[in-house]
Amino acid sequence: MNGVMVPADEAGVVEAVRQAVADHAPLAVEGNGTKRGMLRPVQAARGLSTSGLRGITLYKPAEMVLAARAGTPIPEIEAALAEHGQMLIGEPPDFSALFGTSLPATLGGIVATNLTGPRRIASSGAVRDQVLGVRAVTGHAELVRSGGRVHKDVTGLDLRKLLAGSHGTLGVLTEITLKVLPRPGGALTLAVAVETLEQAVAALSAGLGSPFGVSGAAVLPDGEPALGLHGPTALLRLEDVAEFLPHRSAALRGVLAGFGGVTLLEGEASGMLWRAVRDARLLLGGTAGTEEAVWRLSVRPKAGPGVAAALRAAFQARLLLDWGGGLVWVAGPATAAAHEAVVWAAQAAGGTFTLFRAPDSLRASVAVLPEEPAPLAAIGARVKAAMDPGGVLNPGRMRAGG
Amino acid sequence: MIELPAPDRSVLARREEILAALRTLLPPGARGEGVIGDPIRLKPYETDGLSAYRQPPLAVVLPETTEQVAAVLRYCHANRIRIVPRGAGTSLSGGALPLEDGVVIGMMRMNRILEVDYADRLAVVQAGVTNIGITQAVAADGFFYAPDPSSQLACMIGGNVMMNSGGAHCLKYGVTANNLLGLTFVTIEGEVIQLGGGHLDAAGYDWLGLITGSEGQLGIVTEVTVRILRAAEGARAMLGAFRSNEVAGQVVDAIIASGIIPVALEFMDRPAIHACEAFANAGYPLDAEAMLIIEVEGNLEEQDFLLGQLKEICARFDPISLRVAETAEESLAIWKGRKGAFGAVGRISPDYLCMDGTIPTGELPHVLRRMGEMSEAYGLKVANIFHAGDGNLHPLIMFDANDPVSFGKAEAFGADILKLCVEVGGCLTGEHGVGVEKRDLMPVQFLPHELAQQRRIKSAFDPLWLLNPAKVFPLEGNPAFAPQAVA
Ligand SMILES: Cc1cc2nc3c(=O)[nH]c(=O)nc-3n(C[C@H](O)[C@H](O)[C@H](O)COP(=O)(O)OP(=O)(O)OC[C@H]3O[C@@H](n4cnc5c(N)ncnc54)[C@H](O)[C@@H]3O)c2cc1C
Repeated sequence: MNGVMVPADEAGVVEAVRQAVADHAPLAVEGNGTKRGMLRPVQAARGLSTSGLRGITLYKPAEMVLAARAGTPIPEIEAALAEHGQMLIGEPPDFSALFGTSLPATLGGIVATNLTGPRRIASSGAVRDQVLGVRAVTGHAELVRSGGRVHKDVTGLDLRKLLAGSHGTLGVLTEITLKVLPRPGGALTLAVAVETLEQAVAALSAGLGSPFGVSGAAVLPDGEPALGLHGPTALLRLEDVAEFLPHRSAALRGVLAGFGGVTLLEGEASGMLWRAVRDARLLLGGTAGTEEAVWRLSVRPKAGPGVAAALRAAFQARLLLDWGGGLVWVAGPATAAAHEAVVWAAQAAGGTFTLFRAPDSLRASVAVLPEEPAPLAAIGARVKAAMDPGGVLNPGRMRAGG
Repeated sequence: MIELPAPDRSVLARREEILAALRTLLPPGARGEGVIGDPIRLKPYETDGLSAYRQPPLAVVLPETTEQVAAVLRYCHANRIRIVPRGAGTSLSGGALPLEDGVVIGMMRMNRILEVDYADRLAVVQAGVTNIGITQAVAADGFFYAPDPSSQLACMIGGNVMMNSGGAHCLKYGVTANNLLGLTFVTIEGEVIQLGGGHLDAAGYDWLGLITGSEGQLGIVTEVTVRILRAAEGARAMLGAFRSNEVAGQVVDAIIASGIIPVALEFMDRPAIHACEAFANAGYPLDAEAMLIIEVEGNLEEQDFLLGQLKEICARFDPISLRVAETAEESLAIWKGRKGAFGAVGRISPDYLCMDGTIPTGELPHVLRRMGEMSEAYGLKVANIFHAGDGNLHPLIMFDANDPVSFGKAEAFGADILKLCVEVGGCLTGEHGVGVEKRDLMPVQFLPHELAQQRRIKSAFDPLWLLNPAKVFPLEGNPAFAPQAVA
């Protein structure tokens, strides 16, 4: 790759894409490049970074709306929100430990990958559901807008959702407007000591099916000895008005009593734990380096334990379950055989998978996402051509040859 | 008046042949005929919730299975016949308005609930199940399906998906898109595709997100997997009456700034209060300029705590009156007028247009003032009822449908309101969709190249533009109605 362009404004992004189209010289599109190791390696002549597009452009706390340029680092946005007692709803993960990087993620990167933290299980939805509007430069070298700065907008086809999670293959996000929310007054965690993953997921389902407002539901298959949690542990988080939590946690404890002993974690112990779940740091354990492969599967919660068992049977797997048991993080050997086991496990459970991190040799040689059925793949190819006819945006990032 | 495209004469000429072919695909069964061609029986399908526009279709088909939907689409695709999908036909934007040369695919017979799973908190239902039908199926076990459009007794989940419908409680629970896990989707070529399922988030492109709210432009939905949620322990409402729209707007700001997100925060202006009170006798304050209905959830103590705080906030704005429901019955009484609002306005004026723009909540006083001026200029009354927390306005413009001048003015007034919404940073439609109603206003919100981009996505799914054409996209630039396309 011949260097990375860092345009300072939207016009610069338009120009960079126009030039790439003219030169038939594809671009590797990124923010701070913290997730360069995700999915497939991009084959590109040049890099295009949005890290030069920085800053919050609109923040109306009373309207619960914040807009920022795509390259704005997440911590900068979180700090601005914290000043008004507000937060990003989607709990965007910080994968610097997972990918061995040091820079913070950018807003554009989080939206382009649609990566949502533990709060995904609550009714607030995924990051893409909190995106009120986007501005993006398509492969036609045109700036297009979808949505805007209001909370409800169903005008026209929802390109916001198409662009969110498209990993920079359909457009370069330049600015994003998000819905934000007041930070809950209090938070705590109930940790349930269970015997099996099935019991753990059943405990999470019981909690999520209660009226007490569980906003995080994860499983640590081997506990977290540093916090005094030994053996398989189900974690349930409550967040709400601080005054409500004593009653809610007692009531939730009642719901969980039949599943195992319950430990209460409050304050920073609870906060730290969920950040570690969010960032999948608990998966990494003591291991340093990024030689091992990491996959992320999403299945029906009930299928989570079966998937975990299948993976453990197939290879030396370390696991972490989130989203009520439906999000299965797994770390294992970076081999085609292990990958094959993941593909089968996801398919058998009717779910999906991502090869999240792997050495280039593996991620360039396997399908890092499930294959789509032929009619859908055909639509996908036409949509890609409709957004990026020259194929200059992140070629090969999601699928070989696409 | 919105222009409807000229029909394809060659299709009209083949009507009998088309009906016969459709009948072989959908033979009469236990639930009656699968194909309707008799002009009298086509009548009920000629319009939807935007009843000012009427057009009987070429035929209506009533499939009972995904396979039948696929067969009809395959046939229509092969024979270049246009399709208009239809749920309950409650669209307020004319989304289900038929075409003279088009086949309506009515989804009402696909009304079975296929699976309910409380552990995974989901239900799999056919597209013709009503919105309330999902909640009714799970309510006994304490669960509900969250998005609750006011039309929920009639409207169908397939229609909700295609409009990305909202409701009074979407401030807390989100709109349809937030509550979907999967779709069974049939392409115009008749291919059946399963998108998503019981799991969260797709690994590839977010087809589910793109299709949601696509107004029948991309394909037909036959089955939907929705999230179901455990209902809160209880809910209670309060009512605050204020001296001006500005003040009520400030109260909304103050509530959000306090960190309390009510489950519902509804705004009514003076004309709406009067219309609803005359209809429902809900005890609404007739001396108020604006009124808020605020609802909170939780157990009794939690409700008391939140209502107490909300009362304090309201009290800072010199309210005319504050009424906090003490019981569930009193809550229902507060909601009674709001829930019957459309009916109430219907009593003062038999005909009204329900607009649906969204604005930044901070612009509320300005927009309401301008709307008042327009109302005087057009000589037409308008009542405002809307979801205040999210800025989604529903101005109801009253007119007389027997008087073409009055209707013309109502449409022009509506268009001016929507242009104002865009001008202050909002949009043309927050939840009712573009349909045929706002089709020609699209250039107000989008630049030509942005519309072209959306059209290219439409073409990627429906290259021949057979699916619900003449909606959403202005006719100019609409390939289905380019002069050369009209044979
Ligand atoms: C009194 C009243 C109150 C209302 N209140 C609200 C409200 O609070 N919030 C709100 O959001 N809306 C509201 N609406 C609008 C309307 O009810 C919604 O848009 C609803 O989702 C439409 O559902 P339906 O089944 O009637 O669909 P239809 O009106 O039949 O169709 C809607 C659109 O979807 C397409 N379509 C329908 N089914 C399918 C399918 N299976 N596959 C593909 N395309 C399909 C149609 O072609 C059309 O474009 C209200 C309407 C009325 C009359």
